[in-house]
Amino acid sequence: MLDDGKRPLVRVRNLKMHFPIYRGVMRRQVGEVRAVDGISFDIYAGETLGLVGESGCGKSSAGRAILRLYDVTDGEISIDGNEIAHLAGDELRRLRPEMQMIFQDPQASLNPRMTVAAIIAEPLDEHQTLSRNARMERVFELMDAVGLNRNFANRYPHEFSGGQRQRIGIARALALNPKFIVCDEPIAALDVSIQAQVVNLLEDLQEKFGLTYLFISHDLSMVRHLATRVAVMYLGKVVELADSAQLYGDPKHPYTEALLSAVPEPDPTLENTRERIILEGDVPSPSDPPEGCNFCTRCPRVMDICRRESPEFKQLEDGRFVACHLM
Amino acid sequence: MTDLNTNPIGEIEAIAVVEDPRSQWWDVWDQFKTHKGAVLGLAFFVLVILLVLVGPHLWTIAPNHIDIRAKNQGMSLAHPMGTDQLGRDTFAQMLSGGRVSLAVGVVAMALSLFVGTLVGVLAGYFRRIDGLLMRFTDLFLALPLLPLLLVIIMLFRDTLRAAFGPETGIFILIVFVIGITSWMQTARIVRGDVLALKQQEFVLAARSIGTPPHRMILRHVLPNVMSPIMVSATLGIANAIITESALSFLGLGFPSDFPTWGRLLFDSTNFMSLHPARVIWPGLAISLTVLSVNYMGDGLRDALDPRIRGR
Repeated sequence: MLDDGKRPLVRVRNLKMHFPIYRGVMRRQVGEVRAVDGISFDIYAGETLGLVGESGCGKSSAGRAILRLYDVTDGEISIDGNEIAHLAGDELRRLRPEMQMIFQDPQASLNPRMTVAAIIAEPLDEHQTLSRNARMERVFELMDAVGLNRNFANRYPHEFSGGQRQRIGIARALALNPKFIVCDEPIAALDVSIQAQVVNLLEDLQEKFGLTYLFISHDLSMVRHLATRVAVMYLGKVVELADSAQLYGDPKHPYTEALLSAVPEPDPTLENTRERIILEGDVPSPSDPPEGCNFCTRCPRVMDICRRESPEFKQLEDGRFVACHLM
Repeated sequence: MTDLNTNPIGEIEAIAVVEDPRSQWWDVWDQFKTHKGAVLGLAFFVLVILLVLVGPHLWTIAPNHIDIRAKNQGMSLAHPMGTDQLGRDTFAQMLSGGRVSLAVGVVAMALSLFVGTLVGVLAGYFRRIDGLLMRFTDLFLALPLLPLLLVIIMLFRDTLRAAFGPETGIFILIVFVIGITSWMQTARIVRGDVLALKQQEFVLAARSIGTPPHRMILRHVLPNVMSPIMVSATLGIANAIITESALSFLGLGFPSDFPTWGRLLFDSTNFMSLHPARVIWPGLAISLTVLSVNYMGDGLRDALDPRIRGR
């Protein structure tokens, strides 16, 4: 796509993740929730792609589907040249070390019955055969890397604060030297002061280990700080994908405009002049999306064609992608 | 930190050694020891087991030795727990009966726990076989137990007796029958817990690592459903001992000259108003054993949970 020598590490093409709905006595399938409905993007090696959108737009489902935690409905996912969308069993398991995930809720993502050492060592046990000592050495190395005291190795997750737990989760994700990490709202459950620490840690680790992130968040300011490029999702589709500066400076899609207008301004004088675009109505149900453009029911600049035809996700001259009939 | 020697904190930090990972079973044991009831229960249970294993070798009166002149005696040095209407020594009967009762209780509990946990975990974890397994469980719950037991015992008693001898044959039959008819509650409880557990993010995290299902179950699911399994186990022993005595009472269990605690209890009920002690001894033995097992289970459940286990 963008032909400037950057190598795409992750290629997602027309990815669909539909969850069936069963109803009635016979548990017949009566429909499906189109959580992710045909998204396409590349993530270049070493960059951070921010994935933003409101609650329920399919961000997390997309992240999980890309890591094949779900069986995807349709589409292609290739990571470092390996096509994984429809792999299963051992073939998929062998590729797991390449891609890891950091979870939203550090409380729920750690098994309460395992010690920190056991949690961090689990990926090592699954994919490598290390001697006891080599394994512990690696665990201590990882704990150093994420800033955990080595003496905590024998403790259990409930003995830690939220920020520390998230560090344990990060250490586990790093254990197998992955190339690609999906961060599924890693800071949403943390205090603001701790958020900065964790984000800085993620940045440091990216620099140190050359990681590629897909950073899923609804915190637009944090994504602006962290991401190289940003993709905006609405109702299962990516509506706009652009460099961070481009997207925040000059949003093209009406939904991106509305979303960005909701970010508060730190300067009180500017904040008073900030014009919020208030969208009418609610997000349509992903089990029954509107005909045409998904955003046509709430778009302030809706046209006739929007209600009939779904807009193509096309590239503009400046390299960004937008799915809108206005472009 | 300018000078390590004058700074005690610095010194401690300097010599602090990183602890080796120690087996969590030591933590479990440390916590178990702090639970008074559990330790008492364990002590009592071990005592009972020692008594029934070693006791018959020390107390040499045979449990089925009939001394009709010494019938219906009270407590004395020659017969610490008295004698029954045929002059058999109650203490000797209690010792050899305890062996059978405890063996039946523990083995039947283990069997019902194994089947219940297996069905519960499989049904909860693998969605595809959930419906099938749970309907199977419902089927067992709906079976009328007594006619079923009658039929099973009528059909298989003689075959098993011929194959393993009268006592072992009946033992196998009773353990099997009790185990196979008491796993359903465990299965239902475990399934419910597994269903809830499967939605937790740490299970998803393990899947993103590539943990295969069998290790996922052993490492993440089973340790977290330990509490209900423990409770089922402690209740299961009591249930098995009592069911065995009921079966013996109906003439479906062990032969009448073969003592078990339940058998002794039922044999004594006719003489309850004349010789209340005869009911009290086996009753006491059953109740105290069940109580000790319950306390042990309680302590073990607490000790296995790191959130309760204080450091």
